[in-house]
Amino acid sequence: MELVVSIGIGVLTGAGIWLLLRPRTFQVIIGLSLLSYAVNLFIFSTGGLRSGAAPVLEPGTAGSLEQHADPLPQALVLTAIVIGFATTALLLVVLLAARGLTGSDHVDGKEADR
Amino acid sequence: MSGWVDHVVIAPIVVPLLAGTVMILFDEQRRALKAGIGMASAVAQVVLAIVLLVLADAADPQMQTAASIYRLGDWPSLFGIVLVLDRLSALMVFLTSVLGVCALLFSLARWHRAGAHFHSLFQFQLMGLNGAFLTGDLFNLFVFFEVMLAASYGLALHGSGLARIRAGLHYIVINLVASLLFLVGVSVIYGIAGTLNMADLAVRMASIAEGDRALLETGIAVLGVAFLIKAGMWPLGFWLVPTYSVASTASAAIISILSKVGVYALLRLWLLLFSDPASPSFGFGSDWLLVGGLLTIVFGSVSIMATQNLARLAGASILVSSGTLLAAIGVGQIEVTGGALFYLSSSVLAIAAIFLLVELVDRGRVLGADVLAVTREAYGEEGLEEEVEVGVAIPATMAILGLSFAACALLLAGLPPLSGFLGKFAMLAPLIRSGGEDVPLDAWLLLGALVASGFATLIATTRTGIDAFWASSPDSVPRVSVIEIAPVGVLLALCLGMTVLAGPVMHYMEATARSLHAPQGYAEDVLTGQPAAEPDGATETDGP
Repeated sequence: MELVVSIGIGVLTGAGIWLLLRPRTFQVIIGLSLLSYAVNLFIFSTGGLRSGAAPVLEPGTAGSLEQHADPLPQALVLTAIVIGFATTALLLVVLLAARGLTGSDHVDGKEADR
Repeated sequence: MSGWVDHVVIAPIVVPLLAGTVMILFDEQRRALKAGIGMASAVAQVVLAIVLLVLADAADPQMQTAASIYRLGDWPSLFGIVLVLDRLSALMVFLTSVLGVCALLFSLARWHRAGAHFHSLFQFQLMGLNGAFLTGDLFNLFVFFEVMLAASYGLALHGSGLARIRAGLHYIVINLVASLLFLVGVSVIYGIAGTLNMADLAVRMASIAEGDRALLETGIAVLGVAFLIKAGMWPLGFWLVPTYSVASTASAAIISILSKVGVYALLRLWLLLFSDPASPSFGFGSDWLLVGGLLTIVFGSVSIMATQNLARLAGASILVSSGTLLAAIGVGQIEVTGGALFYLSSSVLAIAAIFLLVELVDRGRVLGADVLAVTREAYGEEGLEEEVEVGVAIPATMAILGLSFAACALLLAGLPPLSGFLGKFAMLAPLIRSGGEDVPLDAWLLLGALVASGFATLIATTRTGIDAFWASSPDSVPRVSVIEIAPVGVLLALCLGMTVLAGPVMHYMEATARSLHAPQGYAEDVLTGQPAAEPDGATETDGP
């Protein structure tokens, strides 16, 4: 479980960084999205990974931290998702504006000299 | 404490939130109404900030503790979110509110007509800034950072146009990456320490298991990188000058304090977590701050010298001031921190003033008029003629502009007699004294960097000043209205006030630095949720 999650986070981060460094604005935005997925998974995993556990409490037992994952990172990740979503939407608008004004989808607004 | 005093702490967040929200409801054409609400809110924030300053300064005669803890929903600090008012946060909120009023007043002359929702964005910007300064919780700090950044994206793009979009795109992408780093740092810290409350974290720092300490420090370092990107430390600050120099004037003046938010967060967290000499993490990363700060000063000075453009000069002086502050924090001595806080206040005001001046000075030149015309065209404001300009023009324009510019130059270069010099002096004097007979190497380096950067600033401002005021043809006198020059006057008058009343101001800064360097008092207050009635046994920690 831990291995799968950490490999997943690693692949997402690697792909995200590669795309982030590409010259097209659309690649950058996809890269940022991938990176934010990776970060969200990472935050989520700090609460502990557990499969098949009860969401909060097993019926008839007193709850303890042994039985469930820490809920706080889940709350944090929710906030981070919402904020990331909003800022990505904002970036999309700027991207379209840049495309319209410069006539190019290069991040610098003009093609690099070759 | 009476009831309303308790709630004053959250007011600087609630007031702009309400004002900004209400303004969204009105049509974009009702600018006078929006301007009225915005101005009322900004003035109210100044009043609130002064109340907070007085509270922070009066509440703790022993200069050890946080002044006021505001627990949202009355949850204990360990579970809920707390707002903490101490001298540092009160000072930063005050600076924000002053900048807010000045930039808003300036924008009423013309800039607030250059795009949609300017007034709402402006209020949200103030809310984010105030929140970031007042919060006592790392994740809450992230949220307010995002509020502040989201508003600043809007403000940086305000007025639209090719240059702004191009710089804004880079600005947004870099800050989004910084936010992701912030999140990574926060989650590592939570994973290891199990808390995000800054005070609780400070307490737990001592008892982190040896095997986990390196990981925790890594997390804090990642978090620090996010703050350093905001502060514009070399090599993380290349986005700063292009973005700020093309932003519309009023926006540039208010977002110029954003880089100080990074400095503030570093100052707060770094001193809270790493200033306990008993802890194994004592002084973690101080060399990085010092060296990075020095490199930033060098880079900023070179940028100042290299530019012919007034707005870029103002942007580069932000870099110099960030670098100076980072290096001063990295030194980690109480007296130096006190001086750095004085310098911070002075440079925040001076940089905002010069950002406002830039447009007024440039207006006389062909270049500035071009930019405005293009902006107007892009936004389709055909009816916006010179005649409809708000306010009365001032007489003796060039003389007043020249004097203001000279004052800004003195402040930025750190020359006597103005407060820029006092700030630098207050940093350097204890630094040189501290080593006794032999002055330590870092003191020499910082001394050299400060003098050299002041010299570079002086050369660059003199050159630009001669170009703008003496070499310009007499028929190009710009038309400047009272509400445009008044904010500059207010900002410079505050700097002058800091110079004249340097004693009391410096006393406040030193008290701030002392309580920052003795974080046990702060931590204890936040965790018990009550400012200690009397000074507790918090041990005095002196610098190395």
